[in-house]
Amino acid sequence: MKKLFAQLYVWLILLLLYAPIFFIVIFSFTESRVLGNWTGFSTELYGNLFHNLIQQTGTGTLTAAIWNTLIIALVAASASTILGTVSAIGIFNMNARRKNAMMFLNNIPMINPDVITGVSLFLLFIFLHVAQGYTSVTLAHISICTPYVLLSVMPRLYQMNPNTYEAALDLGATPSQALWKVMIPQLRPGMISGFILAFTMSIDDFAVTFFTRGTVGLDTLSTYIYTDARKGGLTPELRPLMTLIFATVLVLLIVINIRQRRSAAIQKN
Amino acid sequence: MSKENSIISIEHLTKTYGGKVVLNDINLEIKKGEFVTLLGPSGCGKTTLLRIIGGFRTPDDGVVRMDGKDLSGKAPNERPLNTVFQRYALFPHLDVYENIAFGLKLKHIPTAEIDRRVRKMLKMVSMTDYEDRDVDSLSGGQQQRVAIARSLVNYPEVLLLDEPLAALDLKMRKDMQLELKELHKNLGITFIYVTHDQEEALTLSDTIVVLNEGRIQQIGTPADIYNEPVNSFVADFIGESNILCGTMIEDCKVSFLGHEFECVDKGFGNNVPVDVVIRPEDIYIMKQTDHAQFTGTVKSCIFKGVHYEMFVDTDGGNEIMVQDYNAFEVGSTVGMIIKPFDIQIMKKERVCNSFEGVIDSPESVEILGASFPCKAHGLENGTSVKVEIDFKDVERQDNQEDGILAGEVHFILYKGDHYHITVRTDGPADFFVDTNDVWDKGDLVGITLNPENIRVIPVRRDE
Amino acid sequence: MSKRSSWALPYLVFLIIFVVLPLLLILMYALQDAEGQFTLANVMNFFSDKDSLCTFAVSIEVAIENTVLCILLGYPVAWILANKELNRSAVTIVLFILPMWINALMRTLATAELFSMLGFTLGKGTLLFGMVYDYIPFMIYPIYNTLCKMDRSYDDAARDLGANGWQVFWKVTLPLSKPGIASGALMVFMPTVSTFAISEFLTNNKIKLFGTIIQENINSSLWNYGAALSLVMLVIIGITTLMSNRSKASGEAAVI
Repeated sequence: MKKLFAQLYVWLILLLLYAPIFFIVIFSFTESRVLGNWTGFSTELYGNLFHNLIQQTGTGTLTAAIWNTLIIALVAASASTILGTVSAIGIFNMNARRKNAMMFLNNIPMINPDVITGVSLFLLFIFLHVAQGYTSVTLAHISICTPYVLLSVMPRLYQMNPNTYEAALDLGATPSQALWKVMIPQLRPGMISGFILAFTMSIDDFAVTFFTRGTVGLDTLSTYIYTDARKGGLTPELRPLMTLIFATVLVLLIVINIRQRRSAAIQKN
Repeated sequence: MSKENSIISIEHLTKTYGGKVVLNDINLEIKKGEFVTLLGPSGCGKTTLLRIIGGFRTPDDGVVRMDGKDLSGKAPNERPLNTVFQRYALFPHLDVYENIAFGLKLKHIPTAEIDRRVRKMLKMVSMTDYEDRDVDSLSGGQQQRVAIARSLVNYPEVLLLDEPLAALDLKMRKDMQLELKELHKNLGITFIYVTHDQEEALTLSDTIVVLNEGRIQQIGTPADIYNEPVNSFVADFIGESNILCGTMIEDCKVSFLGHEFECVDKGFGNNVPVDVVIRPEDIYIMKQTDHAQFTGTVKSCIFKGVHYEMFVDTDGGNEIMVQDYNAFEVGSTVGMIIKPFDIQIMKKERVCNSFEGVIDSPESVEILGASFPCKAHGLENGTSVKVEIDFKDVERQDNQEDGILAGEVHFILYKGDHYHITVRTDGPADFFVDTNDVWDKGDLVGITLNPENIRVIPVRRDE
Repeated sequence: MSKRSSWALPYLVFLIIFVVLPLLLILMYALQDAEGQFTLANVMNFFSDKDSLCTFAVSIEVAIENTVLCILLGYPVAWILANKELNRSAVTIVLFILPMWINALMRTLATAELFSMLGFTLGKGTLLFGMVYDYIPFMIYPIYNTLCKMDRSYDDAARDLGANGWQVFWKVTLPLSKPGIASGALMVFMPTVSTFAISEFLTNNKIKLFGTIIQENINSSLWNYGAALSLVMLVIIGITTLMSNRSKASGEAAVI
């Protein structure tokens, strides 16, 4: 009885959480230009989306926004993964006082709301007379993503048996061989989850991009949606796009889960 | 020890960490093919010494030579020796085979040769069927074998082992001890082994080096160390022992436990206070009391698997530990005999607290940075003096603030009828206290002294 | 090994340029007029401007309500998910994080559309519900983590000492999960106060939150006033972080 009630509650909250997403998914299969208006089943929006992705060019288009989002996310996530990992190793080897000071600085961007980070970086680029565009947005994204990479690599360093590095030296490895052959492989899971986290944060970011993109007409998906919504209706092709993103993430998570379970089962045997 | 067949020689090695001396002028020669154990309580510096030999720490002073060549400035990967780490330190991302092959691959040895050597090692540590296994799926003992194989596959001349069996359970530890001994015999290379387990050290080693507080206390064979400890620390640390205060009456005659005994030691002088060590299994205990050298009352009797361990109150007012295959009833009167060659006599390390001090007022003297009231006998301010206080005259205050000097109980030694306690102060020297009270290691205490009990001896300038 | 500590130097420089300097710039711009002269006028303006103060009060109110709603609705979810008897699958917690992968603005717009389709007027009510949609995962996750890490033997000990189910919850589980609630509250409260765009979409521009007026001022090139408003936010962040750190510390002390 208690279990049934608990299950019911969890699924009710999940239903509420997913309602808007299902709403988008359902209305991606109709032609209507307005969300919430069902004009019969159609896959035309998907067709349009793919057509646009191949054909459409020029700034201010959805296609440009999608590419910008992906490129910025890839560059920012890669850069933060490298910066975050290297710094994590550095901070790990510091004495307690310096470590605390670095972690305090590292936490500031995570505690700061996006608007404040956005405004402060906007003022920075004005102050330093840096032209705002790709570079400023990417740098801003690196600054909000790196703290998360650092936090996902750090626990790996603590879990690592510090003697493994020394064991590698003992067996004849040079310090750089020991780093690449022993340390990095052990940090890799943390680096991968840090990269994924950074990638997601970059794709999802709105406020920081909004303040640092300047006036050259650079749009990511978020700012594109914002401008679109301010203008009045949403570009209908966004619906199939969101549906596809959702489906991809869902499939990925299911695959990861099955693999994890399988390897857990193997470990048990 | 002749220098010709020595493989590792350590000279004047010193290491300090944040003001604390971890290794204090260590000198050691290790012979080729020897099984040497560095033995001591935690924090004695044994692991630091091993890590310096391995190249993971740099000494402040002194050199480590191998085959006569100075190893200073050589990184761990440039040293022809290998280490087996305490928690194995196997690479979790590599399987058993790859772990063992790691060092050989770095040296770009041909694959066929690597394969031959790895398989030989797997066979040697009886892990042949495990080559593809994930190291995390192995038991502690199996991981230990892989760690040993990973080191030995590189054919090191010296193998360093840092408490390699500490993480194993008792049964496994005993088995691995035998295997290690066997391995050492078959390979003929030098093993330098670190442990805090005295039983392990006695079982495995050719030579034991007992360390305490960064200093070598004694170097010798297991039998030497056990039968002839040079000081009360070694006697207390290795095996069970009764350490008693005694007086050397003359050569071959010593008095302790309120009785006179014949012994085999000579050259201490006449009527000199000494420490006497008696192993509990060396005391012969029996029902009848007529032939006994002394008698006592059994206070407790516990079965320890092979023998019984008894605490006996002697007629002289001491409490001693006796081990025997026969049990004696608690409360019964027993007679005891100690044979002359079972009595180990040690020179007393100290007979009273002795410090350097300075008179800082007509009524007080400064020692270890604190000012104690005393009878200065009209000595001038600033006079350098020697200050002596008997062990029994040091008074303890339970609150550090109540004492003139604050300290921490550092070491406790039971001497049959009282405890001899080392109180570590912030100053450069320790206080020693004889007491019947029970103190615990790590207690924070204050120290006061009765002015009557402080002996002030002026130091002559011309001396 | 100790040389490795220098590996963090580039990041230290990076943090100083992209985190510390920008925050100092907020302070600098907030205390300057358009000509670059020192002035307290911007900060004073905020306290005398009725509109700003009003928006500020509304933002705080909405943020508190949102945080409380997230705790009330999210705590049971976290508790159920962390309870091995009620939930055996690790997948369920993933389902709560999954929506975050969909663009927040897009989700918000869909929520707003859904509300209008169902016939709700966009206003305070829809704003709160939309906010809870957006932020409840941030509340569930830290509480779930704390509950999962919690030693089950505390429960058993409490029961052994005679507590019934509810007493165990009120006297043991809840106090011990305070650090999780505190970090959840921190992750919900601040973003709610400073949110922009989301509040506009959910209320059809009827209710503005503090983030929106910061954005409006910056966008209309009133940088100094925008910076002053940001400074006010920073002060509040400082205070709430300190408070939550303290409650976290006391929560940890309670565990010990």
